[in-house]
Amino acid sequence: MILGYDSFRPSTFVDAFRFMYDNQSLMWTKIVEHLVISGEAMGIALLIAIPLGVWLGHLHRGSFVAINLANIGRALPSLAVIAIGLGVFGIGTTNVVFALVILAFPLMLTNAYVGVDGVDPDAIEAARGMGMRPHQIVLKIELPLALPLIFAGIKTAAVYVVATATLGGVVGGGGLGDIIVNQASYFLKGVIAASIAVAVLAFAASFAFSLLQWAVTPRGLRRRGIEIIELDVSPGVAEAVAT
Amino acid sequence: MIISAAASAPPVIPNYGGPQGGTHGCIAQNGTFCWDWVKGHWGDILQPRLLEHLEMTAIAVGIGFAIAFAAALLAYRKRWFETPFGVFSAFLYTIPSLALFQLLVPFTGLTMLTIEIGLVGYTLLILFRNILAGLRGVPEDVLEAARGMGLTRRQMLFRVELPLAFPAISAGIRIAVVTTISLATVAAYITPLGLGQPIFNGLQTDFTTEFVATGALAVALAVGADSALVAAQWALTPWARARRTT
Repeated sequence: MILGYDSFRPSTFVDAFRFMYDNQSLMWTKIVEHLVISGEAMGIALLIAIPLGVWLGHLHRGSFVAINLANIGRALPSLAVIAIGLGVFGIGTTNVVFALVILAFPLMLTNAYVGVDGVDPDAIEAARGMGMRPHQIVLKIELPLALPLIFAGIKTAAVYVVATATLGGVVGGGGLGDIIVNQASYFLKGVIAASIAVAVLAFAASFAFSLLQWAVTPRGLRRRGIEIIELDVSPGVAEAVAT
Repeated sequence: MIISAAASAPPVIPNYGGPQGGTHGCIAQNGTFCWDWVKGHWGDILQPRLLEHLEMTAIAVGIGFAIAFAAALLAYRKRWFETPFGVFSAFLYTIPSLALFQLLVPFTGLTMLTIEIGLVGYTLLILFRNILAGLRGVPEDVLEAARGMGLTRRQMLFRVELPLAFPAISAGIRIAVVTTISLATVAAYITPLGLGQPIFNGLQTDFTTEFVATGALAVALAVGADSALVAAQWALTPWARARRTT
């Protein structure tokens, strides 16, 4: 697949940073493309998954679908989904965004569902006793209390989406993957430079959502400090399926 | 279509013809999905790649489990070990797979070894965290009771701690298997092994059926493996079911 291979020296890492400095306009173009693709996918997934997850959680219905969907979504190989998407949508960024939405959607849905479903029934009882209407219970009680889990899902999805958007390079989808799959033009230093950029973007995306979480969490519920990153590879989701 | 060094390769379309191939109908028109091609090339392309894919996945998860299990046991006994290994495995996890395989090539070449090192690296974080979480999740009174019965540390590990940690450990194996199946398709970027090979080949030759059909096969493999592991987990933990029904 690749024509030539660069030799690797410890100085290649230094060269990678020099590459970033020397090719600033290229790096910024690719970073912006990468963020646009990731952002579109995150936006679409957010708009569908969060309301749906919160709604299902509020009704305490559809747990089988909400939880199993996450595991199927996690199982789907992104490259295969991109390949199928390419056959369906043709060349362009659509197939990459489609694959990323499929990756992000289940993670967000499951966490939103589990978060809202698991809100202490006593709190809801109390809210009902105070005369709150169902939509007020959702917005003022369930949503704020479920925020940590909802955002855990969003942050995990953001890290996965930014990292996986790299595969877009394989189908000419743009983004930093274009540099990573083109070692013949950019050499190993370029590949490393783009990889570092991807890793930094993934952390930055996760951190940005941590800031957003802090901003939208009511003061009384705020935890001290902001979690930089948390990758959800814990048995929690998978175990929930077993039940 | 593909933006890579190989884009300048001559427009030869291998795997185009074959037993059922030729120039008729769907294949000649390069349709989105030609069943004829799948039937004609199941034996010489799809099945061998599927078996390679399974082999790569099994080796990677097997080795990854051995390393992660040893590391998790050590971290369970000696707490200080958790942070360094956790940070190390998390660091490996953040490297984009397309790049990691390329970075290993100067050291280990265009070989299966390169792919396995990369794949094992990605399983470590998942398996380590799950095994450790499973062991840590064993209730203290259970350990107390085991100690009271005079069990040695080794007996406690095999008769009490590992069985109780099994659901978490098997959940980790399941996530590791599906993650590895996914990453192994990317590995074909380096070495023509596994289901990624026909995908990359199809992308380069513009022959749509090849990458669509192989993509569908990879999806089916992942979902099938996931379901099989759920069934195995269910069958192997009768005590968990018994507890749930009461």
